[in-house]
Amino acid sequence: MAKAEFEVPSYRKLPTIPALKEGATAHVKPYVADAAVQDALGYPGELVEDWHDKAIGRMGELLDKYRSLRVYLDACVHCGACTDKCHYFLGSADPKNMPVARQELMRKVYRRYFTLPGKLFPGLVGAADLTKDVLDDWFTYFHQCSECRRCSVFCPYGIDTAEITMAAREILNTVGYGMKYTNQILGKVLKIGNNLGLPGPALEDTLQGLEEDIEMDTGVAVKMPLDVQGAEILFVTPSADFFSEPHVESLIGYAKVFHAAGASWTLSTHASEAGNFGLFNGSYEQMRKVAMRIREAALELGVKRIVVGECGHAWRVIYSMWNTLIGVGAGGTDPFAIELQKQLDPRFKQPMHICEYTHDLIQRGVLKLDKSANDHRVVTFHDSCNVARASRMGDVPGGQFTIPRDIVKATCNNFVDMDQDTIHEKTFCCGGGGGVLTDEVLEIRVKGALPRMEALNKVVENNKVNFMATICAICKAQFTKVLPFYGFDMGMVGGVHQLVSDAIVLGDKE
Amino acid sequence: MSLLTIIYAGLFYAATAMLVGGLAYKIYGYWKTPAPLKIPTTPAPITPLGAKLRVWREVLVFESLFKSNKWIWLFGILFHFALALVLLRHLRYFTNPVWEWVVLIQPFGKYAGFAMVAGLAGLWGRRLVVERIRYISTPSDHLMLLLLIGIGASGLGMKFVAHTDIVDVKSFFLGLMHFNLQPLPADPALLVHLALVATLMVIFPMSKLLHAPGVFFSPTRNQADNPREQRHLAPWAAELDK
Ligand code: SF4
Ligand code: SF4
Repeated sequence: MAKAEFEVPSYRKLPTIPALKEGATAHVKPYVADAAVQDALGYPGELVEDWHDKAIGRMGELLDKYRSLRVYLDACVHCGACTDKCHYFLGSADPKNMPVARQELMRKVYRRYFTLPGKLFPGLVGAADLTKDVLDDWFTYFHQCSECRRCSVFCPYGIDTAEITMAAREILNTVGYGMKYTNQILGKVLKIGNNLGLPGPALEDTLQGLEEDIEMDTGVAVKMPLDVQGAEILFVTPSADFFSEPHVESLIGYAKVFHAAGASWTLSTHASEAGNFGLFNGSYEQMRKVAMRIREAALELGVKRIVVGECGHAWRVIYSMWNTLIGVGAGGTDPFAIELQKQLDPRFKQPMHICEYTHDLIQRGVLKLDKSANDHRVVTFHDSCNVARASRMGDVPGGQFTIPRDIVKATCNNFVDMDQDTIHEKTFCCGGGGGVLTDEVLEIRVKGALPRMEALNKVVENNKVNFMATICAICKAQFTKVLPFYGFDMGMVGGVHQLVSDAIVLGDKE
Repeated sequence: MSLLTIIYAGLFYAATAMLVGGLAYKIYGYWKTPAPLKIPTTPAPITPLGAKLRVWREVLVFESLFKSNKWIWLFGILFHFALALVLLRHLRYFTNPVWEWVVLIQPFGKYAGFAMVAGLAGLWGRRLVVERIRYISTPSDHLMLLLLIGIGASGLGMKFVAHTDIVDVKSFFLGLMHFNLQPLPADPALLVHLALVATLMVIFPMSKLLHAPGVFFSPTRNQADNPREQRHLAPWAAELDK
């Protein structure tokens, strides 16, 4: 087991809801972004003097721009249905991690400044001034939310705490109280083109090395093309796939799939990142800026299709928002959208998930898969929160659940699902999403992983599961780090295309 | 015309104006604020019609609440459906002649008052007993329940304990509607009942009761899941493309 300076929660015998422990994780907060990091994004370098007025002003602007915020701050009836739905609450028992209590941190300020009863009778309606203490609470607890939307599934009005967290982070940024991890990464992607800050030549080297590895392994010259003008498919993937374990195994898998399909595809140095941390900050403008690199690369390379790799929050932005932000999709009627959409091939879904791509090939019998190659594995599948609750694959609702599972089942003989209440749209976040994947908040990451670890533990004990497949770069990194705290081997987690990679029979080998 | 009648007439005109004006103001605010991004909670219907049906399922059967907590669902449904019946039953005091279907539901509406109070009591019980819900409750949450229970209890009192002259009550309200004031009976239970109802009307548009219009405007529920097929663009966001 990994050593921790905090108590790793123990599995609950029954799915009991913890008794409240006021302030249990009040000490867990990320590093504050320094001036250089903030500057790069155009935010003030430190907490500005008139932060109070600026924060309230920004809140007013956001209320006019986002219907979600405006409606959700009014509509909550404090019914409590969401109180036991957040993994961070279940793992920490800190009452401020109950979704409604998290919302309340902002709602009480909203009431005080934007509603009549809150102005007249603050004590009665739970309204409060925006003090420095409240602002600090925001910084702490809006960074103990992974914006996973589990609460929104269960709320009778669909109130999505993620929308409120995002608005809070945008306000914090505006007054110069940003979070280091997310903002530093945004700086890198805007400057260099990917979250790792990996420059073009280094990327080229890495890909060459991988090509050699694959050829040594399989005897087949599988290519990983970069910046190929006129390729049919632009492939965009989270940059962790180039570097981290187990991510890179999936990258190898994608390359093998493209190879087997005989596809004309390319990666791009300019667009070497599928991830988009602008989402975590709730900044439309930043999200758009980050995504613009993909639009630019697509136009420049003249590609006909855009396919993307395994990443949860990225797929949310790509599937649900790319058409809005940068016109990748269909149905645009304005010049900005048409410019790109007339170039993209309308016969294909734009953008397309690599799982949709691979699934289609399997359906059409194009891929040869040898399931026995994965016979040493008993596999389960972790639905990543953003894929499950904020996107789709295929043509019918719920395709995001069936398509990856179909692929997994096509690559192995032993598959079991975890507890019904922890999969599909009820899935639990890995505990590291939404910009929380940084070591200074490891405690909340480990605690937030509890519900998933419990469900995993059950299938490990009952079904001997030894591999948890997932399609998210953040899930992979988070579980690699957190599994040992619960006594599991960190190599238990991997990508769906890692399984594909191991099972695929490359045609020219036989 | 007694002072009492004049006060209550004034009260109801003011309360109605605040309810209608307040709600119109809030709803206009929701309506004109764009939802710049596609954020339906998935799996979601892929057509706008499907999304509309999803919203109506939330309104009529509390679909999401059913998934999350059977007790809150049960008490919530009990209260809301009973309230709806009671409200419909009350149409008889505002219509002349009384519509046929309103006559038909009278027997049910009469007893629905008990179900309504039972549902409210259940909700309040949870608010007091369940630690998590107690933690998130504000004084106004408790007062709101008290107010609704007060309305229910005073109404039931008039129906089943000390009868009020409802013919006079009806003529008072018909009079209000036609700007032709008629005397209001000075019955304490009635006065309490009406004062509480007027209070509810006033606070409706500035309280959590806004969940009623809010549910129709919730983007996670009312958006269709079709972002790849249709370009969804808010006016302020379209400026960025120019
Ligand atoms: S979005 Fe997820 S992390 Fe945030 S409050 Fe809701 S359930 Fe918790
Ligand atoms: S479920 Fe929705 S309405 Fe109920 S307390 Fe939570 S956020 Fe508020």
